[in-house]
Amino acid sequence: MTALPWALVAVPLTAGALLAGAGAGAGAGRRGDRFAPGAATAVAAADTVLAVVAAFRHPHTAVPFLEGAPFGLAVDGLSGLLVVTVAAVTTAVLMFAVHDIGPDEARCRFFGLMLLFSGAMLVTVTATTLPALLMGWEVMGATSWALIGYWWREPVRVRAAYTALITTRAADLGLYLAFGAAVAAGGGTALDRLAGAPSPWLHVAAGGVIAAALGKSAQLPFSFWLSKAMQGPSPVSALLHSATMVVAGAYLLIRVQPLLGATGWADDTVAWTGVATALLLGLVAVAQTELKQLLAASSCAQIGFMVLAAGVGSTTGGTSQLMAHAAAKSLAFLVAGLWLTALGTQNLARLRGAARRQRAAGAALTVAALSLAGVPPLSLWVAKDTVLAAALEKEPALYAAGSAAAVVSAVYAVKALWYVWQPAAQESSPQESASQGPASQENGRLPLAVAVPFTVLAVACAALSAVALPPVHAAFARTLDAVGEPTAAGWEYALSGALAVATSGAVWAWADRHRRARASSPAVLHDWLGLEAAAHAVAVAPVRGMAAWAARFDDRVLDRGTEVLAHGTVRLAGAVNRRLETAIDGSVGGVAAACRALGRLARRPQTGQLHQYLAQAVAAFTLLAVVFVLVR
Amino acid sequence: MLTALVFLPAAVAAVLVCLPARIPRWVVTAVWAGTAAAVLVLTCIMWGHYADDGGIQYETQARWIPSVGISYHVGVDGLSLPLIAVTAVLFLACAVFAARRNHRIRDFAALFLFLETTCLGLFAALDLIVFFVFFDLSIVAMYFVIAGWGHADAARAALKFFLYTFIGSLALLLGFIGLYLAAEPHTFDMVELTRQDPLAGRTAYGALVLLAVAVGLAVKTPTVPFHTWLPPAHTEAPAEGSAILAGVLLKMGTYGFLRIALPMLPQAWRSYGLVFVVVGVVSVLYGALVALAQTNFKRMVAYTSVNHMGYILLAIGAAAVTTADTRAARQLAVTGATYQMVSHALLTGALFLLAGVLHERGHTYTMTAYSGIAARAPLFAALTGLAVFGSLGLPGFSGFIAELQILAGSLDPRPLAAGLAVLGILLTAALLVRALQGMFLGPLRLPGGPGAAPAFPDLHRHEAAAIVPLLGLAVVLGLAPRFLLDVVEPASHGVLELLAR
Repeated sequence: MTALPWALVAVPLTAGALLAGAGAGAGAGRRGDRFAPGAATAVAAADTVLAVVAAFRHPHTAVPFLEGAPFGLAVDGLSGLLVVTVAAVTTAVLMFAVHDIGPDEARCRFFGLMLLFSGAMLVTVTATTLPALLMGWEVMGATSWALIGYWWREPVRVRAAYTALITTRAADLGLYLAFGAAVAAGGGTALDRLAGAPSPWLHVAAGGVIAAALGKSAQLPFSFWLSKAMQGPSPVSALLHSATMVVAGAYLLIRVQPLLGATGWADDTVAWTGVATALLLGLVAVAQTELKQLLAASSCAQIGFMVLAAGVGSTTGGTSQLMAHAAAKSLAFLVAGLWLTALGTQNLARLRGAARRQRAAGAALTVAALSLAGVPPLSLWVAKDTVLAAALEKEPALYAAGSAAAVVSAVYAVKALWYVWQPAAQESSPQESASQGPASQENGRLPLAVAVPFTVLAVACAALSAVALPPVHAAFARTLDAVGEPTAAGWEYALSGALAVATSGAVWAWADRHRRARASSPAVLHDWLGLEAAAHAVAVAPVRGMAAWAARFDDRVLDRGTEVLAHGTVRLAGAVNRRLETAIDGSVGGVAAACRALGRLARRPQTGQLHQYLAQAVAAFTLLAVVFVLVR
Repeated sequence: MLTALVFLPAAVAAVLVCLPARIPRWVVTAVWAGTAAAVLVLTCIMWGHYADDGGIQYETQARWIPSVGISYHVGVDGLSLPLIAVTAVLFLACAVFAARRNHRIRDFAALFLFLETTCLGLFAALDLIVFFVFFDLSIVAMYFVIAGWGHADAARAALKFFLYTFIGSLALLLGFIGLYLAAEPHTFDMVELTRQDPLAGRTAYGALVLLAVAVGLAVKTPTVPFHTWLPPAHTEAPAEGSAILAGVLLKMGTYGFLRIALPMLPQAWRSYGLVFVVVGVVSVLYGALVALAQTNFKRMVAYTSVNHMGYILLAIGAAAVTTADTRAARQLAVTGATYQMVSHALLTGALFLLAGVLHERGHTYTMTAYSGIAARAPLFAALTGLAVFGSLGLPGFSGFIAELQILAGSLDPRPLAAGLAVLGILLTAALLVRALQGMFLGPLRLPGGPGAAPAFPDLHRHEAAAIVPLLGLAVVLGLAPRFLLDVVEPASHGVLELLAR
């Protein structure tokens, strides 16, 4: 039983490390590139089986790690759903990647890193203690760097990877502080014990967890890194946006709801941040002109609903939103990736007609986009309403803002659809596009490696809405240990469904009418609210300035200081040598000269003539006699 | 056994020096590597028979200068055993790395073997004068390594290194004499001094002795503001010298704090713990900021050492807050400090060896001269990437275990300081990954001007054989820390108990 969680995380991590390691060696890597896709997909599929077994058996394990902070892994109801989602989406994406990452790429490295990435996510969602969580969390961040910068010869992609890494790591500092707070509180470092920490450590822990979660989930104000992350290969985007990385933050917030509730402020903060992101980043998505950018902003917005769910205490809503979004978004990115590879563009205006040429892919994107739009009977419609029902119970303003965000999501989803279903523009002739890639066959029959994941994910988009059915919902809530949470009433489902359909229809009709007009959107929305520029101005530039200042200080003051001291010593030695030494030497010489002079003086009486000695003796005795007389 | 371990390298060095200067290179390198391997094997045997919480073991005491209370006294405990082990590992890695070195290889090998003895002896020493002698001899040996085999400006850098650290050691000696005079009967024996706590109740005297000891150790560690000898010494030193300097010699300072300052001057340490916290935090942030502004790869790594050593100062300074409810946290911090010494030795040792590879190919450390090296040398790029991510504290490497413990453990006793120091993690990530990207990724550009790109071979076998084990060990320590923590934790509990007297 205890071996199961280890196997679940160790299988992808070990296989990933081996593949990535083989990719580093030039010779071996080339040979391995042939086998990497098959091996990686097989590993992911096997891990999915393990995940399903774990989801039913709820294994748990813990080993001593740091003093007072064990390393614990467990699969409970929430984790069970998550591990299945992660493993299944990973398998689907890797299968697609067999097609997308061609034989001339460094496949060993790619598939190895993808497995490492999803393995780290599995650690994150099964972790029961903070050290385990932090390890999965940070390794996921680092592998995302390597994946976004997979095409490392192009500086723009590498810079994007750097932005993603540093932004998320800045937020991750919160988890370090949360761990410190848990140690300080003395109640253990298990995630479910955090809520019992005494003040002020309770607030430190909550603040730290929230910062880390918002950063990872690209919520406001961290959203900009996700825009950059689009520089990675499409399968990376598909995985990073759906079942891993960005949803890790939302998952963590759902997991630590008791902690948020215990503080008295954290749940409101989280809820409002979530709904604000859903609304604002939804508007950002509307303003995008590239398909992948639109989808990226929509990820932030959709995850905003999950974060809102965590804030209003709706585990069922947040989890179903997470799973439904994972299916829809990975599917959307896979279609976008297919077209990016085949047509060489992701600009919406130039993607006109893409769906008409490849109807299967077009249909898949349609399912995904309508799901994002919240159109019934697709799954996000149900999930969003469950979240909003809990929001309504907590605070009507949250419900109103959330509903507005849902309307916005219909706008951007339909915008994307409208473009791809338009008749092809004149300038791109079929011959041209046919020559550009293997997947762009006319009325393309999709390769098996593409068709299978598309079908599975599209079916999942629809099937997950079964959660709305009362018996299924009851079972779902029991699994999540969240019985009694608010569910949407019939009128709510009807209202939101009608809104989504009406909005979609209106947008389509508007777009048809304004076909020729160049819709211009505010620059601030197109630039993702200027968040990156703000981060530069607030954090990056001051740090650079301080670094330059510190380096100058180090060279000119500290280092100069010691040098001056050393030179001063040498100069002092010189001065001593010149002045003191000559003086001492001079005085020694003076003494010697004086002695010599005295000696000369003493020699003068030694004449060798007797009469002179006699005279001297007489003089001396006279003197002695006088002294003798005087003294007496 | 411990004595044999300590003096084996020096004995072999003496034999090497006696051999004719024209003996073949392979003989020298084989003898060198063989000796280093033998030391490592002996260390492993010692570790195998070490009882985790048995206090000082493998103890040997012999009369040396009894008239002034000096004896040859050595032994190992949970603080010194990991450092002895990592010293043995690092010296073996250097011996392997230097296998193709041509310039006066016999003298180089002899010098390194002698240096190994001084390092092992210092960590094993249980007498202040034995400690001091090895401390100074290590400086002398390192001076010759830098001056004899360094780059262009080596003589000057070596002199600076020597004078700075030598003056530091004199301050240390003053402190030792202060301890000697305070003890009754007078003695330099560390175990006896620790037991006596000779300066209990003598506030001013204790403060002065702590000042002398702390300045001496701070120069060696080094901490801000005594660190300016470090960058030139590293920049000019040969790769193996840098690896040992950063990996082992710097640890002498931090080890001295844990071995001498905390247990022998508990009262003074408790009074002035905040000073060390401040010095630690300043070193963390300042070191990282200055490193961020560097353009020379080796200089940058040198400044990150200041940053990494700052964490240790923070941890042991925070340990001075001896309230009962922070005990668990402080234990974590002190354990983390020892862990950081081992971890930093492995990771920075690897980074400096990699820097040596870079210089050997491109003949410069200037980062802007390189771009896209990964295209020519994928293995070199991959290993540097691992070393960089390990050094910035990525989980899965030993640095994470160390820094997580230090930061989490310091937060309770010193919340503000720990909150500031945590920013250091972000800064090191930013600067190291930026350097990595700039040099190894992007379009290919190598020094040597335009035209035909110069040759840039990937890692040779002996280079990889030296670096891979260091990184592998860092991963093992990062994933399965218990086997080392089981040794370290009893010792760090002991330090805290001594500190609480």
